[in-house]
Amino acid sequence: MSSPRPHGARRKGLAPYLLSLPAGLWLLLLFVVPLLIMLSITLKTCSPASGACVMTWQWGELPRVVNQYRSQFVTSLVFAFVATLVDLVISFPIAYWIAFYGGRRKNFFLIMLLVPFFVSFIIRTLVWQFILSNNGVVLSFLRGNHLVPSSFHVLGTGLAVVAGLAYNYLPFTALPLYVALERIDRRVLNAANDLYATRRVTFLRVILPLAIPGVFAAFLLTFIPAFGDYVNQEILGGTANTMIGTVIQNLFLIDSDYAGGASLSAVLLVISLLGIWLYARLLGSRTIEEYL
Amino acid sequence: MSVDAPLLESARPAAGSIPRRPRHLGRFVLPAYSWLVIAYLVFPIVVMMVYSFNRVTAGLQLVSFSWNGFTWQWYRQWSNIPGLTSAFWLSIRLAIVSTVIATILGTLLAIALVRYRGKQFRGKAGFEQILFLNIAAPEIVMGASLLGLFVTFNVARGFFTLVLAHVMFSIAYVTVTVRARLSGFDVALEEASYDLGANPLDTFRLVTLPLIMPGVLAGALMAFALSIDDFVTSNFVSGSNVPFPVWVYGASRVGTPPQVFVFGTVIFTVGIVFALLSLVVSKKKA
Repeated sequence: MSSPRPHGARRKGLAPYLLSLPAGLWLLLLFVVPLLIMLSITLKTCSPASGACVMTWQWGELPRVVNQYRSQFVTSLVFAFVATLVDLVISFPIAYWIAFYGGRRKNFFLIMLLVPFFVSFIIRTLVWQFILSNNGVVLSFLRGNHLVPSSFHVLGTGLAVVAGLAYNYLPFTALPLYVALERIDRRVLNAANDLYATRRVTFLRVILPLAIPGVFAAFLLTFIPAFGDYVNQEILGGTANTMIGTVIQNLFLIDSDYAGGASLSAVLLVISLLGIWLYARLLGSRTIEEYL
Repeated sequence: MSVDAPLLESARPAAGSIPRRPRHLGRFVLPAYSWLVIAYLVFPIVVMMVYSFNRVTAGLQLVSFSWNGFTWQWYRQWSNIPGLTSAFWLSIRLAIVSTVIATILGTLLAIALVRYRGKQFRGKAGFEQILFLNIAAPEIVMGASLLGLFVTFNVARGFFTLVLAHVMFSIAYVTVTVRARLSGFDVALEEASYDLGANPLDTFRLVTLPLIMPGVLAGALMAFALSIDDFVTSNFVSGSNVPFPVWVYGASRVGTPPQVFVFGTVIFTVGIVFALLSLVVSKKKA
């Protein structure tokens, strides 16, 4: 493209820099710089009345907002954690089945796993609100057959939020698990078989250990977006059980408290990065990318 | 690898699945369970489709929980809500523009990352870390920090800021997708092209691009899907004209018009038909 000289000479010079310049600039100016600006806002002190911020080089906002919104952080951690665990339990068997028994229909089943993504995220969540409402399909059936007391409700509780998170992020769990299981060399399983391992032993001592990096990747790829999610909480959770994403969004868009919002975002980012760093430390830095 | 492979495979005929056919698990329990999970994934979509045909009896034209009878009304009046229709077209335009930009930038970056190593490309490791961070960072953090940027520099929010944001979060996905395709690329093919007298531009156009095209298309599809469904970032960076998901979210606070389900049903149908068609086509080629 931009390199004029063919053969060996072509590989030297400016080519890699020119090729990566446009994307690099875009990411620098619209991803790296904004993150740095956000981190710098956390060092400012803002007057709640006028919203004007002055650089004071103090982490004053950080401990204040973390203390003030501690319960929302805990709620987010718990909801995201439970939803991710539910997703791991639900999707491991189906990922296993597609990887080992999918045969020629593997791609068809993968599309079926991705089916929620063909409907807008917001609409999906709205439909769950619709389904879980007191007059909705599920509850009117359960109540009609006296399987639950007539006062039982789901919408507006943490249960609804976790259910919504679990549904919306299930493909994020199932696909990395599938990739991990699919990659297992079948000859290793044959070897286990030849060494008189039973199917249970093969699963526990060969398949499961080989799938562990995928399980952790799936956990992170589900947990991080679920942790910052606020759509499920706002649509399904009502006013109770506020998650940290809702707080951040309100601070930025309603209260115009940029210092507070930026500080909370910074904490959110640090928690996510901590998870990724731990993963990289334990399993090697490049491996998680293989599951994207 | 080829030497000891026959030894490992043993006397047992190599089956496509794990050795020793399971009795119940693989044949009955797992498939039944898997279809149950698929049913769970499809269930809300069916509900959406069914209720897009639901008659509305109350005064306000909003989706209601009770079934009032079948109607084509909302499909006939699909464009009756001006805000919804314009939000939809905004989303389409936005997705097209940002997909084109992100695909070009992401592909070029992928080529640079795969082809050049070590001293040829200093800063490659930094690039990879930024790409990774971009994919892994919670979306609300990226959206909020972009809002901070636009507020700091007094950039008016609108279509322009939406494009800036959507390209930003799509590039990394395009690069990762194209790179996966490129890593098995045989450079000898390009060298053959040079040996036959082609210049770099012709070599790229006639040899490289056709070979990496499936990866580029997959990346573009990814970028399009990400853009058209994005809510969190768009909610932070859109001005008064909002894209489809942001409009639907805003409307849902007061009540969802049935046309939302019509749009959802049509988008879903188009998407799934495309996906299944591509499956059939790729099977025929194979």
